[in-house]
Amino acid sequence: MSENNDTFSVAGREFSSRLLVGTGKYKDMDETRAAIDASGAQIVTIAVRRTNMGQNSDEPNILDVLPPDRYTILPNTAGCYDQKTAVRTCKLARELLDGHNLVKLEVLGDEKTLFPDVMATLKAAEELIKDGFDVMVYTNDDPIIARELEDMGCAAVMPLAAPIGSGLGVRNPLNIRTIVENAKVPILVDAGVGTASDAAVAMELGCDGVLMNTAIAAAQKPVLMASAMKKAIQAGREAYLAGRMQAKRFASASSPLEGLFF
Amino acid sequence: MNIQLNGENTPVDDGATLTDVINNLSLQGSRYAVEVNEELVPRSEHDRYHLKEGDSVEIVQAIGGG
Repeated sequence: MSENNDTFSVAGREFSSRLLVGTGKYKDMDETRAAIDASGAQIVTIAVRRTNMGQNSDEPNILDVLPPDRYTILPNTAGCYDQKTAVRTCKLARELLDGHNLVKLEVLGDEKTLFPDVMATLKAAEELIKDGFDVMVYTNDDPIIARELEDMGCAAVMPLAAPIGSGLGVRNPLNIRTIVENAKVPILVDAGVGTASDAAVAMELGCDGVLMNTAIAAAQKPVLMASAMKKAIQAGREAYLAGRMQAKRFASASSPLEGLFF
Repeated sequence: MNIQLNGENTPVDDGATLTDVINNLSLQGSRYAVEVNEELVPRSEHDRYHLKEGDSVEIVQAIGGG
């Protein structure tokens, strides 16, 4: 694989950027736009919520700031704790986006951890796939569940690095590696990345991409962090493709021992 | 009659259509999607979808999210 055309594809769509970003928690739309621009992301997530009736009606909509003809919009089911609301949310999103059928499914199981309810996730994924959706699914870092979701026909499997919004980094790198090694669909780390090195670690493990929001939006300087994340994703990807050296316990001199003049 | 509009008890004319409700909210031209009683109603059906007393209508849009 050449580094120059190192793209990845999800559900028949091809992307050169392996950084996917959320659009929540920004100060305002200008900051949202600037950070997403700096990230180089081509896929951006959005949430579906009740229309704001009355006040702030002249505030621009997120889809005016991030037009669907320029970005691949990935509606999420954030805030859904059961199969039914997750499926309803996806159907509304498809209608909202004129039939666009790529969605990020997350069915949460617990407010404290925001860990996925895996049983409900499996059922919702099955229903959505049957209904013609391309499902990118948020799940635990469990290789067996990841394989199940892939077998079911999910377009991408997205294990968490750590709890959503925690910024703890990849807590279980060996599981992420196992998931990657088993998979034929793209594996993206979704949630838990805190800083650039975390994103690089995920990519060095062989992930196809990383989806993040809070790590950028909650940085002191979100636009600068977006730029850092873009570079970390590229660096981690290149390091993965390059194949790292074996780690050794003891030293190994870098300069030749032959030809010493003393 | 009254409907539940995004969770609020809201008076509308008897026999009002979804399009009437949407026009009252000045949402024409923006991106939204509509559910009645937890079922999606496609845009193409809004004109002829007549609401009934007590119907629960949800009108949603895209917002920033992760």
